[in-house]
Amino acid sequence: MLIFEQSRPGRKNRAQLSSQADSAGPVADRLPARLVRRRRLRWPEVSEGQVVRHYTRLSQQNFSIDTHFYPLGSCTMKHNPRASNKLAMLPGFLARHPLAPEPMSQGFMACLYDLQEILKAVTGMEAISLTPAAGAQGEFAGMAMIKAYHESRGDSARTEVLAPDAAHGTNPASAVMCGYRIREIPTRADGDIDFDALQQAIGPQTAGLMLTNPSTLGVFERDIEKIATMVHEAGGLLYYDGANLNAILGKVRPGDMGFDVIHINLHKTFSTPHGGGGPGAGPVGVAARLAPFLPVPVVAKQGDSYAWMTETELPQSIGRLSAFMGNAGVLLRAYVYARMIGREGLERIADYSVLNANYLMARLKKEGFDIAFSDRRATHEFILTLKRQAKELGVNAMDFAKRLLDYGMHAPTTYFPLLVPECLLIEPTETEDKQTLDRFVEAMCSILQEAQRNPDYVKAAPHTLPVKRLDDVRAARQPDLAWSADRDS
Amino acid sequence: MPFIPHTDDETAAMLEAIGVEQIEALFDEIAPALRSQAGEAVPPRLSEMEISRLMHERAGRDGIPTCFAGAGAYDHHIPAAVWELATRGEFYTAYTPYQAEASQGTLQLLYEYQTMMADLNAMEVSNASLYDGASALAEAALMAVRINRKAGSKRILVPRALHPNYRKTLRSIVSHQGILVEEIGFDHASGTVDPARLEQEAQDFAALVIAQPNFFGQLEDIDQLTDWAHSRGAMVIAVVNPVSLAVLKAPGEWGAKGADISCGEGQPLGIPLSSGGPYYGFLCTRQQFIRQMPGRLIGRTVDAEGKPGYTLTLQAREQHIRRSKATSNICTNQGLMVTASTIYMALMGTAGLEQVASACFDKTHGLVERIETLPAARRLFSGDYFHEAVVCLDAPVDSVMRAMQAQNILAGYPLAQDYPELGNSFLVCVTETRSAQDIERYFAHLQRILDKQAQIKCPIQPKM
Repeated sequence: MLIFEQSRPGRKNRAQLSSQADSAGPVADRLPARLVRRRRLRWPEVSEGQVVRHYTRLSQQNFSIDTHFYPLGSCTMKHNPRASNKLAMLPGFLARHPLAPEPMSQGFMACLYDLQEILKAVTGMEAISLTPAAGAQGEFAGMAMIKAYHESRGDSARTEVLAPDAAHGTNPASAVMCGYRIREIPTRADGDIDFDALQQAIGPQTAGLMLTNPSTLGVFERDIEKIATMVHEAGGLLYYDGANLNAILGKVRPGDMGFDVIHINLHKTFSTPHGGGGPGAGPVGVAARLAPFLPVPVVAKQGDSYAWMTETELPQSIGRLSAFMGNAGVLLRAYVYARMIGREGLERIADYSVLNANYLMARLKKEGFDIAFSDRRATHEFILTLKRQAKELGVNAMDFAKRLLDYGMHAPTTYFPLLVPECLLIEPTETEDKQTLDRFVEAMCSILQEAQRNPDYVKAAPHTLPVKRLDDVRAARQPDLAWSADRDS
Repeated sequence: MPFIPHTDDETAAMLEAIGVEQIEALFDEIAPALRSQAGEAVPPRLSEMEISRLMHERAGRDGIPTCFAGAGAYDHHIPAAVWELATRGEFYTAYTPYQAEASQGTLQLLYEYQTMMADLNAMEVSNASLYDGASALAEAALMAVRINRKAGSKRILVPRALHPNYRKTLRSIVSHQGILVEEIGFDHASGTVDPARLEQEAQDFAALVIAQPNFFGQLEDIDQLTDWAHSRGAMVIAVVNPVSLAVLKAPGEWGAKGADISCGEGQPLGIPLSSGGPYYGFLCTRQQFIRQMPGRLIGRTVDAEGKPGYTLTLQAREQHIRRSKATSNICTNQGLMVTASTIYMALMGTAGLEQVASACFDKTHGLVERIETLPAARRLFSGDYFHEAVVCLDAPVDSVMRAMQAQNILAGYPLAQDYPELGNSFLVCVTETRSAQDIERYFAHLQRILDKQAQIKCPIQPKM
């Protein structure tokens, strides 16, 4: 039932209404009619008790990390420490106005400055800006900086950005938002980028190459040094999509691999919650030659105090990406996490996320599942392909994914990357224990047996959730994007 | 090992199953020359107790001044239930609802959000959020240019009385696609768009941005501006404050045809000030333009048994499907903020939001009228305003602001940096959260500080 269907005319939530009489009368009477709202709002008229019960019940219809194993590839759904949330929501942080002057902001700015320094050390980059609100905005900022760099050198011929065909969809979309043409580079059968094709594509028109390493195929790009040299020799810059940074924390740094610009998804690697779709944070890091172009504001330390660097201090900046300081509260959560992990804990994140992925891969392989790129080491994630099962049993990757939900596990990422047919991209993360991974293997084996015995049952999954499989085609063909009392009554 | 559950025995068993001796062997595809350490710059780990101590100290360091600043972020009351519910783990730690059947809670909530947000704007549809108000405006501008291809223009007209950081954000995001952002000055008496300046605008343009209330809190003649832009074949993009819409004419009601796209900052609806984020941007439009919208959309559909359910829809617009031809690169949005906002809207209801809007209007007008009685202060613009106003002083604003800060009052937002032409001016805002005593204290200190400043300027009278 929708909240609107619980509404009754005249019901009021008096706890939220002022106890004082409204002596001045409606504001509408004190404004010219041409400025006043004509049709009154039609928000629900419900009590606090109804609201609390309604949204509590809705929350119970969600899978989440707090309630379920959530091995969603490329999304790094690890445990979100409670301390991060509690400490970011201290009254002093919540009450701070974004335009409060610097002397009233030193505690907050100290956290941001420290986080900038930690991210520099972790990534091997020279300078960091924390403002991008999500990975995609970080990509946009990175591409805009690459453009600003080439323009500052009078190099206007570079109109093309290269990206592997397996790249996240945001890569080409971000490059296009920066006015670039995108050219996709094929991937070899072993999972590495097709070096020869890259060599042919690269030239004086190349502004840069966008790369995720480990790649979206769950393997480490072994030619990275050769690739970096080639891109740089052609005058291009190398962009690092940090979606998979979890796999290499403390092991190898993007800066040392030769990347010029990177973004980091704090809502993945630094374990800030995903909130049912966000907010995230996508800080960008750069090599020294790109530092003048960082998006503003950036926090600087002057003696013992902190100051904002804005357009005045960074006149070549690509500018602002949001009205204030990006997703400040997410940055505080990431800072708490980084401090709790510390120098000695970073490498363990890579160790155990990679251990978990390789263990799960080895066990599923042993159970007879087909692993894409099975001759390679898995990184923090790997790809399983159900092409054979789809052909033999008529049960595809989506059917397996939906049936996993019945087993109380969130499905892995399905049908991405597009290169591998009928694929599941599986990322267990380091915070899951062996028993959970074993249960996942058991569930997969059990579903396979069901698919052999009764494929229609698997194809009709899920069976135990609040709704059965939803009609996505109808949703797109007859868009119903807002409720209306008139229609349903 | 914080948050890693493995025992040594389990690790050993897992390594055996993989067929390697040590974890390190799993990294053998990385060239040794590339291997590095994070280095000394990362501080050693802290326990939860230790990081708690540090964060309490830092959160406390900045104090909690009584806030009379607005300028795009507003200190409203947030009902206790809002964040109690929004931080439930099932909302807080879920991912984007790709698996609809396992995400009906978030999806239904977002559908309710879209419904209430569209209703607030008197528009037909709302998306499920963008990053913030400023970036939402940039997305709206890109969308308007896509829709209005027939205008053959990539110029967007933007009032100078729009939030300075919105203008900056708009430029940083849209300029790469050859879109020109041109500013329209304001009339120095009314603080609103100068109609004479508009008439000079003979050239083609794709869209006109109208901010209501504008950055100065002043109310624009929205009907006239909307009809004027439409008569020239341009789109109208509204930038509005959601609380004000309980009282002020909603974008869908502007002029003869209504605004085409409406966007703004969702923070006033249940999101704490929190240093500027996370907030969320809202974006609404007409049904006919839905395929040009950026961001996630939730649709109601039915399941295999005909039961209603909710799912992400029209995904063919989005980057994960359309890649380089997507309407935007946005992927992660501000889901949790919208969760909080939806609960806020349901708790406040129509009457609640109307009362918040009225209280903000009355309290701001009450304070501004008192400030106008001071000899060294006056309201800069004439005409109607909502819950913010520009006050001009006969004293240096910065030193007055500092003196107010010493009383733990954040007295407003100084305008000299963004609008040097406005002299010693600042923007003041009073929300429903300020009590009569807060307002009295503000006025008394301002009066005292201005008196003192005036004395400094007076020649010292010799004692007889």
